[in-house]
Amino acid sequence: MNIKELIKNKLTNNFPNYQIEFSEYLDEFCIKVNKENILEICSFLKNDEDLKFILSEDITAVDWATRKNRFTVVYHIYSLKNNFRLKIKSDVDESDCSIDSVTSVWGAANWQERECYDMYGIIFNHHPDLRRMYMPEEFEYYPLRKDFPLMGIPGSLPLPKK
Amino acid sequence: MGLEAKLKTDGFIVTQLDAIIAWSRKNSVWPMPMGISCCAIEMMAVGDPKYDIARFGSEVMRFTPRQCDLMIVAGTVTYKMSHVVRKIYDQMPDPKWVIAMGACTSTGGMYRSYSVVQGIDQFLPVDVYVAGCPPRPDNLLNALITIQEKIGNTRARDFQDIKIPDLKVIQPN
Amino acid sequence: MEKLRKEDVNPKIVEALLRDTDITIDDALDNEMILNMGPQHPATHGVLRVLLRLDGETVMNAVPELGYLHRGYEKMAENMSYYEYIPHTDRLDYISPMANNVAWVMAVEKLAGIEVPVRAQYIRMMVAELARIASHLVAIGAFAMDVGALTVFLWTLREREKILDIWDILCGARFTNSYTRIGGVANDAQPDALAKVKWFIDQFDDNLTECEKLLNSNRIFIERLENIGILPAEVALDLGVTGPSLRASGVEFDLRRATPYLQYDKIDFNVITYTEGDSLARYFVRVDEMRESAKIVRQVLDKMPAGEIMANMPKKVLPKKTEIYTRMEELIHDFMIVNFGINPPVGEIYHAIEGSKGELGFYLVSKGEGHPWKCKIRSPSFNNLQALPYLVKGHMISDVVAIIGSIDPIMGEADK
Repeated sequence: MNIKELIKNKLTNNFPNYQIEFSEYLDEFCIKVNKENILEICSFLKNDEDLKFILSEDITAVDWATRKNRFTVVYHIYSLKNNFRLKIKSDVDESDCSIDSVTSVWGAANWQERECYDMYGIIFNHHPDLRRMYMPEEFEYYPLRKDFPLMGIPGSLPLPKK
Repeated sequence: MGLEAKLKTDGFIVTQLDAIIAWSRKNSVWPMPMGISCCAIEMMAVGDPKYDIARFGSEVMRFTPRQCDLMIVAGTVTYKMSHVVRKIYDQMPDPKWVIAMGACTSTGGMYRSYSVVQGIDQFLPVDVYVAGCPPRPDNLLNALITIQEKIGNTRARDFQDIKIPDLKVIQPN
Repeated sequence: MEKLRKEDVNPKIVEALLRDTDITIDDALDNEMILNMGPQHPATHGVLRVLLRLDGETVMNAVPELGYLHRGYEKMAENMSYYEYIPHTDRLDYISPMANNVAWVMAVEKLAGIEVPVRAQYIRMMVAELARIASHLVAIGAFAMDVGALTVFLWTLREREKILDIWDILCGARFTNSYTRIGGVANDAQPDALAKVKWFIDQFDDNLTECEKLLNSNRIFIERLENIGILPAEVALDLGVTGPSLRASGVEFDLRRATPYLQYDKIDFNVITYTEGDSLARYFVRVDEMRESAKIVRQVLDKMPAGEIMANMPKKVLPKKTEIYTRMEELIHDFMIVNFGINPPVGEIYHAIEGSKGELGFYLVSKGEGHPWKCKIRSPSFNNLQALPYLVKGHMISDVVAIIGSIDPIMGEADK
């Protein structure tokens, strides 16, 4: 049985009550889950003996600029045993802009989630060290949101005197 | 007519003294490489055997600002980094000169975005701008020669803000 | 390096520094200090700021601070078309610029569904491997310079100048050359360029052996690096480290072998792994990888077929310049592609290649317009630097310099 079927079966058998959507585009497999269940599903995917997704490649977010479900947090994980890459998506609404942190599952998620917080303003609950990554700590805005202009807000970053 | 007044006007001995001091300054310019990003690689290439910078007297690239007189800012300066660059410039002793290497330092280059300073002359006085992205090492050597020519034309009275200890002047009646 | 008082440092960073460390030194006197290894430092390989918490000379904890070279790459990608972004990708990992170009262009081609002709794929492989050699040369040179051997740096830079000459002949620019195009490469590789590549590869082995002779059995080098910064395999995978640093810990993970792209499945090469996981192993991995890359380039030169270098899809790939000047359909297609972009279908992909530091990936989301809706750059140096606090615990300050050199971060890529 190929790996995609294996993942589908395992997830539907072990989490029958959770709402999981499967999709595929250009040979890339993707699952979509609710943000409350993300921690459980991620630790299952890492610890299961056949799946073993031990490498967290990237955590990022997409800003759709819509009224409902404005952000989607995207996780890219990789399994060395099966040589397979999986994408996990989860919608986050702007009114409750937070999601559980998966730092307890993958240590690499520490900096990756910090970068996502710095750029988009999504709070990761129970993150050990949530501070800004690239912009200075006093910066008040979130640069990669669609309502932040490319040239920045004049006066938001101080410059030394001549 | 005291020594101080004599230093400000052009006499024969003073101009010769000026010429010797300017000649020795320009042939031993010690650069401070402020290497931030890609232009720093071309600055390293200026030091390698092919585009030798040692023949201009500048192979001593000290990384401490207290011993240098030329700061080569090579690479994109962001708002976060600008405070660091200014601090290092303030730590350099007089007389000092600045080369803005590359497009990013001259005008912000190809990065028109929220975090890049659009030109370091917003907070530093710049002497020579070098065009290119990144400029070829020959281009940087051309900029160094321009700075040397600029230094060769300086006189002692150009550095007025240097504190010369008060000399005892004997005034005629 | 300057000593800081606790009040000068941002309180959140102090909190991160003082978090429980697993090293406790029993001392009644309070002699811990915070040292700032600032962004401007000869040994930090770019603008990386590391705040160290020291007890005497032993490091208790280290907090790296990035962001001094954050240029807003991802925001700029949302505002320009796929073609206009190619020169920006050059400046990501600025020591091996061709590899970033290849990665971006392959991601866009996967999204838009463009097939690249075989000759262009072989040329891309050749320049990507030359970029890997150039990057490892600088890595080894700077690493040896950090530890104290200055001669090696000048010798490796001399070799690198020969590679830059090759790129000058191929595409006109010494470095930061935007050589690849969507659908192929910009110029064909002329016979004199290929002859120069062959000449370089033939004399490269001996010159590399010369540099190695200075270092491999050098007592100072070995004592400075052996058992410094040991990274076990599970910790490396947990922290997201990829590339030569992961292969030096014993995990055989190379994207050219695992998910072959371009024509790597037709080329015969080994994946170098060492098991010790210390800084010396990371050095040896890079030296052996350079030899493997030379082997790959030799095979590519033998196997390169004649043929086209740009794909023939008029609506998505720029047509040839001679035809634009003489025929009307090509003129219109050129106008539409340059002004409105190539408009790939709605969807998203993630594509990664094996860069010289690790896995370099691009995640693109397209809404059917000429510019991407979102572009995320998965940079290897950013993830490799996450291992730094783990590696320096318990070592001394001079080891911090050696460890940073062995991880080989490039801040243009880590800060985006």
